[in-house]
Amino acid sequence: MTTWLQQLGHSGIETCQKLGRSFLFLLHVLIRPPRLFKTFPLLIRELYSVGVLSLVIIIVSGIFIGMVVSLQGHHILIKFSAEQELGQLVALSVVRELGPVVTALLFAGRAGSALTAEIGLMKTTEQLDSMEMMGVDPLWKIISPRFWAGFITMPILAVIFSAVAIGGGYVVGVDWLGVDGGSFWSNMQSAVDFRLDVVNGIIKSVVFGIVVTWIAIYQGYDTVPTAEGVSRATTRTVVYSSLAILGLDFILTATMLGGW
Amino acid sequence: MATEKSLEITVGLFLLVGIVALMLLAFKVSGLTFSVGSRYYTVTASFANIGNLKPRAAVRIAGVKIGEVETIRLNPDNYMADVVLEIDDSADKIPVDSNASILTAGLLGENYVSFTPGFEDTFLKENDHITNTSQAMILENLIGQLVFNMNKKDKEE
Repeated sequence: MTTWLQQLGHSGIETCQKLGRSFLFLLHVLIRPPRLFKTFPLLIRELYSVGVLSLVIIIVSGIFIGMVVSLQGHHILIKFSAEQELGQLVALSVVRELGPVVTALLFAGRAGSALTAEIGLMKTTEQLDSMEMMGVDPLWKIISPRFWAGFITMPILAVIFSAVAIGGGYVVGVDWLGVDGGSFWSNMQSAVDFRLDVVNGIIKSVVFGIVVTWIAIYQGYDTVPTAEGVSRATTRTVVYSSLAILGLDFILTATMLGGW
Repeated sequence: MATEKSLEITVGLFLLVGIVALMLLAFKVSGLTFSVGSRYYTVTASFANIGNLKPRAAVRIAGVKIGEVETIRLNPDNYMADVVLEIDDSADKIPVDSNASILTAGLLGENYVSFTPGFEDTFLKENDHITNTSQAMILENLIGQLVFNMNKKDKEE
């Protein structure tokens, strides 16, 4: 009984320590004084590897998600002969929910795991330590640009995803299933509000961007410096960020629908 | 240096695509319009029953949208629903004796406020109060009346 209690207490303390360390780590990254002219090229490089290289997967999955929502929605709406509301259905579900969430999940799998593996391998091969020996702060040189790149990239990717998905929904709904194009757009425009739907979707994706990048860089920085450690850290990044995204999405949607 | 330049160009293109996508969402999807000079004035209308009217529902004259419902609250003195309407400044010639009624768009559609213009030469202005109103049609009440009338007819025969 006592050993069981001791184990429970041990794991509890360990979890709290890890949470506290990761939070302090995030604070350190955030309050790093920005040296604009020196950081900017680093940031550009990271924007390229985190953002531009994720663009293909985001656009392709956006098109297919829009197409599938449109197909499924048409199948249901036609039973009530309300298929002219298809635009509203596609736009609201994509802009409010699917856009931010699916983008964040893909982003965690594509960019988050890459960040963790990169930083973890740097730690395993003692590149981070040797940087410190040379008097270069690894937080400033390695971690901070990656964090800000993720923070900037995520909302942009989510917005691109939503736009492309609505395009895909238009192609299936109007060109293939024969919904009237004019009522597709006009019903969409009368139903979607810029502040309540589009901006709230962007707020969501900003939150997801912070959380995913935070988890990714912390897991990379906290890796046990072995080959197995890197693989475990990468797995943890994807699992933790996916769970965090889905949980936070529920909380955010609940606050936003509650008249926020 | 050439690679650095092409890197920056691709990142610039990426940001540009993001901005274009945001513009698409704003203007094509949510129909956002920058109405800088557009002002509105508010009038209050009291209804005996508002049915399913909700804030941000449309206000129309002859089917043309001229404003929207701002807030709905209960007047505790006479148990009427006070509906505050925001009406666009371009529609500033609504006679004061106009009738405001709550109609339904389609069979199951949303409720909206419709004005039937009156004949006075004075027009509605800020903070005016409309008392000439028709309440929303409640389907259950209509069916109730119908059944009641049919029963009455049966007894008379």
